[in-house]
Amino acid sequence: MALLDRVGTARRAPGTPREEQPVRPGRPGRSRRTRSLMSRHERRERRWGHEGGTGAEPPRASRSLLVALLLASATVTTLDLATGEDSPLDPVRGVLADTMGPAQGAATAVVRPFTAIGGWFESNGSLRDEVATLEAENSALRSELNTSAYDRNRLAEYDGLTSVAADLGYSLVPSRVVGVGPAQSFSSTVTIDAGTDAGVQPDMTVVNNDGLVGRVLSAGRSTATVLLLVDPEATVGARVGDSMEMGFLSGRGVIGDEGRLDLELVDDSSVPARADSVVTWGSDGGAPYLAGIPIGRVTKVYSSLRETAQRAVIDPYVDFGALDLVGVVVPTGTRSDRGIIGADGEIAGGGR
Amino acid sequence: MSAVRGVVAAVAVALALVLQVSVFGPLAWEGVVPNLCLLVVVAGALTRGPQFAMVLGFGAGLLLDLAPPADHVAGRWALALLLVGYLVGRVRPESRPTATTVVATVAGASFVGTSVFALSGVLLSDPVVGVGETLSVLAVSLVWDVLLTPFVLPPLMALFRRLEPAHAL
Repeated sequence: MALLDRVGTARRAPGTPREEQPVRPGRPGRSRRTRSLMSRHERRERRWGHEGGTGAEPPRASRSLLVALLLASATVTTLDLATGEDSPLDPVRGVLADTMGPAQGAATAVVRPFTAIGGWFESNGSLRDEVATLEAENSALRSELNTSAYDRNRLAEYDGLTSVAADLGYSLVPSRVVGVGPAQSFSSTVTIDAGTDAGVQPDMTVVNNDGLVGRVLSAGRSTATVLLLVDPEATVGARVGDSMEMGFLSGRGVIGDEGRLDLELVDDSSVPARADSVVTWGSDGGAPYLAGIPIGRVTKVYSSLRETAQRAVIDPYVDFGALDLVGVVVPTGTRSDRGIIGADGEIAGGGR
Repeated sequence: MSAVRGVVAAVAVALALVLQVSVFGPLAWEGVVPNLCLLVVVAGALTRGPQFAMVLGFGAGLLLDLAPPADHVAGRWALALLLVGYLVGRVRPESRPTATTVVATVAGASFVGTSVFALSGVLLSDPVVGVGETLSVLAVSLVWDVLLTPFVLPPLMALFRRLEPAHAL
């Protein structure tokens, strides 16, 4: 017994009790073991529960909350998916568009001077290179124009006609991109700072000075969501400008330098040439896409024997990675909170 | 959950969404921006545990699903961020997490969040995206999230830690 006591005191002496060792039958040993078990249990409780110390919660509570929230998200998904066009979530979307939209606009306005800083650091050399390339391109284009004076004249006449026709119908509401949807959501959408107050309605065409950008999906009071052309779900009726060949254009969901579009041609007998331009063929009543808006140029053509169709890869004119100023095509005479650009370039109205 | 904590969390999530959509929009790399909402959820989970993080993740996800530039079926980000909150809350270390732990957790959370979102898209056949494209988005967003971790996580975790019940009111 004396030996046991000595062992016990010797063990206690270092201060930290060793729990793993099987303890000999004896009162001090057993009590220590139960204490250590209790403390381990407490620690586990604390780990799963709240850290607050006001009593650990059992893991069951968090599991039932998990199930409840999982069911809630499934319900939201089902509601949105099953009801289709007039989703019960649309009012919530509208409220969020009216609150988060202006916030996005304000944030972009604050940040815009800083994002422009990148342009200052372009070196003299790279600017010179750019000027040289542009001059070369310019002279090439000019010579092309000069060699086809007849074509140019004819084209000018047609252009006059089309601008008169355009004069009859449509104007542009200028607006800026204030928010870009993340690629993590796998859909290419942006927010613009013009909404129903500016005369923007769903299913209107959106363009910029390079060509077709996309169409309006939904419009809040002061902002609207635009589905970009490069979104995999956006399909546009398009024709090859040089052969009037028709086809359907769809995006690949990639923004940036590799943002390409696929043109599925209806007729597989005529092969479009490289650098042929592609324009929209327009929808009934001009919604969602107007006719004759430039989209891009042909870079590659694949023909698939199995599907008996041709697929052309289109390089869009619009740089979707750097969208800023865009215009929404509205019928002339639309009431708007800002100046509307007419077909002749004149700015009409304007509450600003 | 106290009212103060709820309000602070809501403000943090709304701010994260605006920054993610407007400020990082021009800086996007291949269209991918850092998922700040996910970082907020991870911070909440690391400091306050699974219950708070699940509610936070659900709310943040719902906001991502419904606020302007979003076009997908609602509830998909809610599901993804809810699971992220739950998992991070379950595996969080007992003591104050070290820098390495936080970075590793963010990397895991980013992977899980984006994958769950992509898989829910496959199940609902919402967008038609190829596997290669999905993987590249996954990788880029993981890199973005880890890069932003040292700037975003410490202040957020300090904020959530200050809102412990003992200090809350």
